[in-house]
Amino acid sequence: MTTGGPSADVRARRPSTLAEGWRAYRNERGGVFGLAVLVLVVLLALSAPLLTDPAGLDVTRVEDAPLQPPGAGHWLGTDESGRSVLLLTWWGARVSLLVGSCAAALSMVIGTLVGVTAAHFGGWTDTVLLRLTDFFLVLPALVLAIALSTVLSRGVFTIVLAIGVTSWPQTARLVRAQTLTVQTRPYVERARALGGGHRHVLGRHVLPAVLPLVFATTTLTVASAIIAESTLSFLGLGDPSRTSWGAMLKSAMDTGAVTAGAWWYLLPPGLGIAVVVLAFTLCGRALETVLNPRLRGEGR
Amino acid sequence: MTDTLEHGRPHRSGTVPRTLGFVARKLGGAAVSLALVAVLGFFLFRVLPGDPARTMTRSAPVSAEQLAQLRHRFGLDQPLYVQFRDFLVNLARGDLGTSYTYNRPVTELIGERLGPTVLLVGTATVLAVLLGLWLGTRAAWRHGTATDRWFTSVGLTLWSVPTFWLGLLLLMAFGVGVGPLPGLFPVAGMSSPDVPPGVLPRVLDVGHHMVLPCVTLVAVIHAQFMMVMRSSLLEEMGAEYLTTARAKGLRDDAVRRGHAVPNALLPTVTLVFLHLGTVVAGAITVETVFSWPGLGLLTYEALRVPDLPLLQGTFVVLASSVIVMNTLAELLYRVLDPRVRA
Repeated sequence: MTTGGPSADVRARRPSTLAEGWRAYRNERGGVFGLAVLVLVVLLALSAPLLTDPAGLDVTRVEDAPLQPPGAGHWLGTDESGRSVLLLTWWGARVSLLVGSCAAALSMVIGTLVGVTAAHFGGWTDTVLLRLTDFFLVLPALVLAIALSTVLSRGVFTIVLAIGVTSWPQTARLVRAQTLTVQTRPYVERARALGGGHRHVLGRHVLPAVLPLVFATTTLTVASAIIAESTLSFLGLGDPSRTSWGAMLKSAMDTGAVTAGAWWYLLPPGLGIAVVVLAFTLCGRALETVLNPRLRGEGR
Repeated sequence: MTDTLEHGRPHRSGTVPRTLGFVARKLGGAAVSLALVAVLGFFLFRVLPGDPARTMTRSAPVSAEQLAQLRHRFGLDQPLYVQFRDFLVNLARGDLGTSYTYNRPVTELIGERLGPTVLLVGTATVLAVLLGLWLGTRAAWRHGTATDRWFTSVGLTLWSVPTFWLGLLLLMAFGVGVGPLPGLFPVAGMSSPDVPPGVLPRVLDVGHHMVLPCVTLVAVIHAQFMMVMRSSLLEEMGAEYLTTARAKGLRDDAVRRGHAVPNALLPTVTLVFLHLGTVVAGAITVETVFSWPGLGLLTYEALRVPDLPLLQGTFVVLASSVIVMNTLAELLYRVLDPRVRA
């Protein structure tokens, strides 16, 4: 294992490593199930504009009775202004998935940067960054996200920022620990001895070794980011111009659908969140097991 | 992580100075965190909005004169460094400013709402920890069996459910009632107006109001404790001292209770405290759903306006209490675990 940069034979080995990983992943029943569900949900979310008419989302253009129970006209009933709950749920998936993945990606970038920097440069940098990470790790993330999305202007970008900025500490801890381990390996030492600078060592040796595990954690972060998005929308901090699952549940509560017993309005968005979050969780745990059998699904 | 490294050093020069050093380091770290909370609180609610007066009045049309008055009332017309200095001085005195909507001191408002939150969150956390540890132990001990799979699936599913949604469902099913089923529990608040006098009826009334919010919180929170306990115990179960214990002729039950569980409990304890932040998050949404008159509902009321001084107050109080609890846990962990101490 003393290869320098990615030489020809390393490049040749990469596809087979991927195939090996996929074979191991296939053995994780939960992971395969989660992945299947995710593919289905993503396809549905992407096809919403093709298969449905967004005019049905416009309050001013629907003429059906409000809070209708499920029936022939509307399979999942209608909301407080007569819109189809099925249509709302379908379109709501787009916001939840978009915000969840973007926020998780942002959290991954921040976490990786902080973790790698702390571990690689050590000394004071490490002390300060570790202190900061521990601070944000303990700080109740939702409270901070609420604060951020209250003072900034409403919108999808604000929500992504609020969740991304508050959910990176776990990734940073993990990346720091992994980087510390990787750096002691002989091939990294060799690269450094041969005069490899920070950029070379980090870009060619440390990051490629750390990233797979980061990817697994990020899959889990998407799950918690989707929950966070729905919670913020439920508290009325979401983008008012878009339908999301959390916003649907907020209007269900505000307009008395709960006291009216309108279960058809309450169940679909909640089940949507639960199914997507569970799917991401299952995928993330399966990835962790594949990449690091010792973890045994310790994440979260 | 650095602690374990330092304590792994071969030369051991007395336990007392090292313990003192550890305590000092933890307390120092907590002090830095609390200072960061204060700075962050100021930055979030005074600097980031640009013009806090405009943010607070964004839902209602106001004249330039009213805005100027508002700025003067909250000291927003001062330079930022003066505002920051005043904020710190007042914070040290326990003064969190005046609420914009209630026109009363924020400290007073928070003080009124603290009791209900501590009651609800405290009860729910204790129940969730007990339930989670018990289920986690059983799942790990029967690793790979149907029981294990069943517990894990239920736990993961509950963990994937947004707390507020579960609350809404329970509210509809057991508070309002569905179909022929009548509502069994109150739908909002902490007490009824028509309670007969006396201590016992009042306690029972509050308990009755607490059932649904408490069940919601326990259902969601216990899952993570269960998963942590399960994996922590699974790690212990491969240990050699368990084989020794079995070889001594101890029954399975005694091995589990006397040897495996106490050791697996320690990492779980720290994680329980690390997850206090999520408990606080759950409290905010659950109190909103059930109109429980605590800090969570106060936060929700504040963010709707937004009442920035009040929101700043709840932010500082919630964040600092989580930090304080965590530090206590880390100190306690050291007392509990002789391996870390030695």
